[in-house]
Amino acid sequence: MKIKKGIPLIDQHDKNGFYAGKFGGNFVAETLKKPIDDLTKLFEKYRKDKNFLKERDDLYENYIGTPTRFIKLQNLSDHLGGAQIYAKMVSDCKGGAHKCYNAITHAMLCKRAKKKYICTDTGAGYNGKMFSMVAKKFGLGCKVFMGARDIERQKPNCDAIKKNGAEIIPVNSGSKTLVDAVSECIRYWVANCDKVHMGIGSLVGPNIFVKICGFSTEQISRELKIQIEEEFGEIPNKLKLINCVGGGSSAYGFWSEFIDYKKNQVELIGVEAGGPSKSKLHAAPLSKNSKIGILHGAAAYCVQNSDGQINKTESISSGLDYPSVSPIHCLLKDAGRARYTYATDEEALQAFKLVTELEEISPSLEPAHAFAEAIKIAPKLDSSNIIVVDSCGDSIKDKDIIKKKLGNYSR
Amino acid sequence: MKSEINLAFQKCRKENRPALLTYTVAGDNTKKRSLEILKSISEYADILELGFAHNAPTADGPQIQNSSYRALKKGIKLKDVFQIVKNYKKSKNAKPCILMGYYQMVYRYGEKKFVKKCKQVGVNGLIIVDLPFPDNKEFSKLCKKNSITFVQLLSPTTSKERMKKIIASSHDMLYYISMLSTTGGKLKVSPKKILKNYNKIKRINKSKNTVIGFGITNKTIASLKKADGLVVGSALCKGISDSLENRQNPVIKLNKMVKSLRNKIK
Repeated sequence: MKIKKGIPLIDQHDKNGFYAGKFGGNFVAETLKKPIDDLTKLFEKYRKDKNFLKERDDLYENYIGTPTRFIKLQNLSDHLGGAQIYAKMVSDCKGGAHKCYNAITHAMLCKRAKKKYICTDTGAGYNGKMFSMVAKKFGLGCKVFMGARDIERQKPNCDAIKKNGAEIIPVNSGSKTLVDAVSECIRYWVANCDKVHMGIGSLVGPNIFVKICGFSTEQISRELKIQIEEEFGEIPNKLKLINCVGGGSSAYGFWSEFIDYKKNQVELIGVEAGGPSKSKLHAAPLSKNSKIGILHGAAAYCVQNSDGQINKTESISSGLDYPSVSPIHCLLKDAGRARYTYATDEEALQAFKLVTELEEISPSLEPAHAFAEAIKIAPKLDSSNIIVVDSCGDSIKDKDIIKKKLGNYSR
Repeated sequence: MKSEINLAFQKCRKENRPALLTYTVAGDNTKKRSLEILKSISEYADILELGFAHNAPTADGPQIQNSSYRALKKGIKLKDVFQIVKNYKKSKNAKPCILMGYYQMVYRYGEKKFVKKCKQVGVNGLIIVDLPFPDNKEFSKLCKKNSITFVQLLSPTTSKERMKKIIASSHDMLYYISMLSTTGGKLKVSPKKILKNYNKIKRINKSKNTVIGFGITNKTIASLKKADGLVVGSALCKGISDSLENRQNPVIKLNKMVKSLRNKIK
């Protein structure tokens, strides 16, 4: 399995939407074939359209507020006494996470498709928040599908979604988390695809949704490359880019400019949700060697039982609590380009604690998984190693969970 | 040799009525009960669709989701589904049986193994909701080789050009989805319009047995009786839910419901 150089990874699929002949695809009901074809044509038309890109770049710069900061975590580096640790502060984005990039592209496409309504799924609530925020700006009606369990545990983001005038549709089926929210959102689209544009909140789903999301989050990597070159004068010889992986939208966006580098120069490390340390449940299909399964229109490594039912997952971070993963990350894993591991709930919490004690940043529980890996490996490396962690979300949404687990939350 | 499915349509045509197709979920609400239901409704139905439950369905409405949930809660496995079909096909009044479900289940089981097992237990047809044309070409061939009718779906969003290709690659039955909806939605399109679309399919190839499904109930079934066949699914799943709620026997309830549906189109 080889990755081609000079071609964005999202475009390295065959005519049926498969990466490496087996990941991804379009496993959808017949009713959705045409809306997906229409969306594909629309996206292919506009992704290279100068006016479209100009409008998008303006929005990224002036609305989202890019570039987001690239900062050194000096205290954390000193404390761990090994590699130099940096953070890419994607949580600086308007709304507090990377989900705004994808939301903007979808809202722009929705407008061009002449549709007045947009729907999406959400786990941690950030995707729903960004879609609602952008929908308000673009004058679109917005429905956000969210598992009932996530509604309970991510209240601050739910409040924001409602404040932006969007409707939250609670999903009570199955485990009442992200997996069920995505299913319900797709079902809603099946019934309303003539009037409603759907945006999937991560690098998952039928091929076109993987592409639109990747095209959007690539912004992170473009900024990062410039910032790294400014800081070091070149791309360092021992660079490690660590990102949490649920669906994998921020990880792909964080890595896309660096995929063509040799892995002994730029190592890509994805950190999945290992779940509670005392539980067998997790949301780590890549690092716990799940088999390939088909979920939400795409073939990918997926937490499932021997009969093909999707297994229950468990994670302290709603945003990573998803049984499957992007076909793009399956490709990166099988090609050996990225390394995937996991952090447990406890490790993520401890990482959050340490990072917030030492630094003026406050990552949410999703990037806390990535910090946990950085904390694990940094002491074993010398100072010529540069670790960059994507701090892709802000912790404010997790304040209740953190208060409960650690006794207090302050920022 | 004509397939059992084809013969069933032929018989109905002779009787000058559409075929009545039912959909229930294997294992709803128990393995034994679902088999009893199949046997009982065979008195009035012409072809029986049997769902194999998946816990992340992307095209099912709430009624079928409830049925699947009940079946899964009782631990239904694919091997049980096959056993139910096997036992059903041994019964004296057995009708053609079509298994319906999501590709993930087939993929995990192994395509070849799945189709072989279907043939072994007497499955006559397969509907895989999320394996559309052209991705289904290989699987469709595999079915044909094993004398199983692979039923393709057509929807109001299917373009004429695509319709032609699907019909050209289809076996002896097609399934037209009446409207943009998950299963069991309220019929939001007029029967006239549904039949207009249905006729488009028949004009391309009138020899294909084409059934209409989604949103068909006791109230709406008569208005669509010009079709080759009509599928009732969610209404029956709801029937099971209702009878369980009222502590009635779902077998008796479903028998009555299917009898009434049949009377509407006879």
